[in-house]
Amino acid sequence: MVPESHYVALSAVLFVIGVVGVLIRRNPLVIFMSIELMLNAANLALVAFGQRHGTAQGQALVFFVMCVAAAEVAVGLAIIVSIFRMRRRLSVDELSLMRW
Amino acid sequence: MGSVIAFWILAALVVGSAVGLVVRRNPIHGALFLVVNLGGVAALYLMMHAEFLAAAQVIVYAGAIAVLFVFAIMVLIPGKEETGPDPLRAQRWLAVPLGGFLALEIALVLRSTVFTTSRSPATVPGGVEAVGRLLFTDYLFPFEVTSFLLLAALIGVMALTKRKAS
Repeated sequence: MVPESHYVALSAVLFVIGVVGVLIRRNPLVIFMSIELMLNAANLALVAFGQRHGTAQGQALVFFVMCVAAAEVAVGLAIIVSIFRMRRRLSVDELSLMRW
Repeated sequence: MGSVIAFWILAALVVGSAVGLVVRRNPIHGALFLVVNLGGVAALYLMMHAEFLAAAQVIVYAGAIAVLFVFAIMVLIPGKEETGPDPLRAQRWLAVPLGGFLALEIALVLRSTVFTTSRSPATVPGGVEAVGRLLFTDYLFPFEVTSFLLLAALIGVMALTKRKAS
């Protein structure tokens, strides 16, 4: 049986990789995928802590995180597609304009 | 013993695919690495006896979200590569030490709280049944709010991507 601290440490590693991905990449799609990575890391930690306390509450919380992530990805990708239609380029450094 | 070996193999797979997602320049490769990563996390859920979450992870993340990413990359083919000189290269080098700093910070927090008390692993009562009971009793209101959130996202996406009728 693997102790939960292993899962928590793994989720910490995954979260840091996601943060570095958001910081070093310029493509908004890859930044979105890195955000998914961080959400997954948080989910893993939630399940591990839930198991540690012997309840299913962590799993219920992960279900909500998944729903919010699905909504977030749909809206975020729609925004990226509409930005791409307007500017024909994709680089987060150029997207400093708050209006058009 | 077998579960420990399985954990380390899955951990290597998950971390390796995460690094691949961040490092590869082509977003399509990134999306494929993301699928591998999500599948690995689903297997980790199975190892923690969270069967419902493992199934939901495969259906929602690897099924729906990854496909959505691949569609978006296909639609945005001209913008898929990061080309040209990087105007903020100096700032980008700062990201790695900052990430290391964050890792150190998380490690210190975990050392002071999680890793001090080694509790024997408790089994989650009931698995799928327990999660379903929680969702439809204690968390009924958040559950309904979530359905409303998904509806709002649906309508918002249609409004955002609609072409102007001009």
